[in-house]
Amino acid sequence: MVSLSVSGGVRQAGSLFALFLDVFRLIWRRPFQYREFVQQAWFVASVTIIPTALVAIPFGAVIALQLGSLARQIGAQSFIGAASVLAIVREASPIVCALLIAGAGGSAICADLGSRKIRDEIDAMEVLGISPVQRLVVPRVLACTLVAVALNGMVCVVGTAGGYFFNVVLQGGTPGAYLASFSALAQLPDLYAGELKAFVFGIIAAVVASYKGLNAGGGPKGVGDAVNQSVVITFLLLFVVNFVITAVYFQVVPAKGQ
Amino acid sequence: MGVEVAVTDLTKSFGRQTIWQDVTLTLPPGEVSVLLGPSGTGKSVFLKSLIGLLKPDKGSILIRDTDIAHCTERQLYDTRKLFGVLFQDGALFGSMNLFDNVAFPLREHTKKSEKEIADIVNEKLEMVGLSGTEKKLPGEISGGMRKRAGLARALVLEPEIILVDEPDSGLDPVRTTYISQLFMDLNAVTDATFLIVTHNINLARTVPDNLGMLFRRELVMFGPREVLLTSEEPVVKQFLNGSMRGPIGMSEEKDQATMAAEQAMFDAGHFAGGEEINGIPPQMQPSPGLPERRGVARRQQRVLAMLHTLPPQAQAAVRRLMAAEREGEERARHAADPTLHEDPSVQRAGLG
Repeated sequence: MVSLSVSGGVRQAGSLFALFLDVFRLIWRRPFQYREFVQQAWFVASVTIIPTALVAIPFGAVIALQLGSLARQIGAQSFIGAASVLAIVREASPIVCALLIAGAGGSAICADLGSRKIRDEIDAMEVLGISPVQRLVVPRVLACTLVAVALNGMVCVVGTAGGYFFNVVLQGGTPGAYLASFSALAQLPDLYAGELKAFVFGIIAAVVASYKGLNAGGGPKGVGDAVNQSVVITFLLLFVVNFVITAVYFQVVPAKGQ
Repeated sequence: MGVEVAVTDLTKSFGRQTIWQDVTLTLPPGEVSVLLGPSGTGKSVFLKSLIGLLKPDKGSILIRDTDIAHCTERQLYDTRKLFGVLFQDGALFGSMNLFDNVAFPLREHTKKSEKEIADIVNEKLEMVGLSGTEKKLPGEISGGMRKRAGLARALVLEPEIILVDEPDSGLDPVRTTYISQLFMDLNAVTDATFLIVTHNINLARTVPDNLGMLFRRELVMFGPREVLLTSEEPVVKQFLNGSMRGPIGMSEEKDQATMAAEQAMFDAGHFAGGEEINGIPPQMQPSPGLPERRGVARRQQRVLAMLHTLPPQAQAAVRRLMAAEREGEERARHAADPTLHEDPSVQRAGLG
């Protein structure tokens, strides 16, 4: 159900935030659901690894192409490698990661929980005195977060390799210059910031997907709507959060060479 | 002994739409109650409110000094352990086989060994007639079997209150009666309080001790089954008869104009459907060999105490049924002991 009223929107935001708090509170409650965690981590990884790699290659390539022609115009070919690593590690990889965690992982989580909800499984679980948040949502959030962080590392590697391939092999750049300039602009905090973003995106994607799944209603169509909304809401949130983290990062970490 | 559930002035609405308001009823401990109502009158919502899955807007639900409507989450989870709930489709966990489904509450809430768990699970599965299907997944069995497996799962923690949502949905009349027999047997063995929500008339007439009906956002009546079954209330009569003649329409209620138009149609000879149903059929009993239902005696006391407050035709029905019951007992005693009739002194001597 899409509610366009202001109070409806505020209520949704409030309930979503409440679920965040519940997840954080119940992470510490024993027994931890290791089995569910491992299964979910494996599941999210299996639906995201290949699409992420396939998206990362052209992403790296596009950056290399754009930078390549720009850098040649201003005669800064030797910095192509530096700029492309910077772009991939700082921005491209968390965004690719976010898109796939939300689009592939989040939608799967939402569909799974939503179909359980409409079959009364979630209610049955509550009636049996077991918190669905502790039992189902917490392992999913942790699994999604772990996979997001790992995926971010993978996108960095694949994206940089893709950039190298396009620059050196297709645009005739010099391998030595490309590799040598790697650390000219980029620095380790860039990678930390990228991983932090991936971490936050993983949490947000999983909590939003779980929230929408647990509140699905109105039969099979309701589940479809919930999945759709969860992906859209996650995208919106992730891009806003990405902007905020980037803005803070620039304030906190000085750029290299300053 | 079962637990009493006292509902007072309960009101629930979704947005501006009131589902029902000021519902007050008490489920007597250890008795079987049925709540009737046309589709869409919020019967399932009522059930979900009783277990605290939905928060009512107003009113209280008192179970062993805990008000489910206004208690902490911890109290709620504790009180829920008294409940066993059978959802419409069984609500089994799709990723687990039947054994794991039934074992789930035991593994979560008790420290029993796997051996003990297996014993309990097998016993419950046998009770609902599902031995030999432990390894099946819920997707691989029929709706009736899912329902029975759901019942087995609801029973493993020995609940004192059992709530059943439409036990007949998706079942044929014979299977519905079998599952009703199961409820009676369970009630005799465990003395748990039952609330069954349904719109199956046959079940409503033969199973419960108490009957209630929801209509037009309120509880039309709730009380001993004799009251509703002899009621002259148009809604109740129409519902029991399953006829089109009466205040219940295709959309929940009829307006005056529709009612008049339909009345003209029926007067002109159009058949209103359904069947005139009167009287009180015998109530289903626990299977032979099981103990007597302890709720029956308590109910008799209770009904006698409130007899003067019941409508006249219900009073007459209660008296008639009690007289018939006494007669039946007498006859059974005579049949069992032929000496009793001939010489009472023999029996006295025997007892002394």
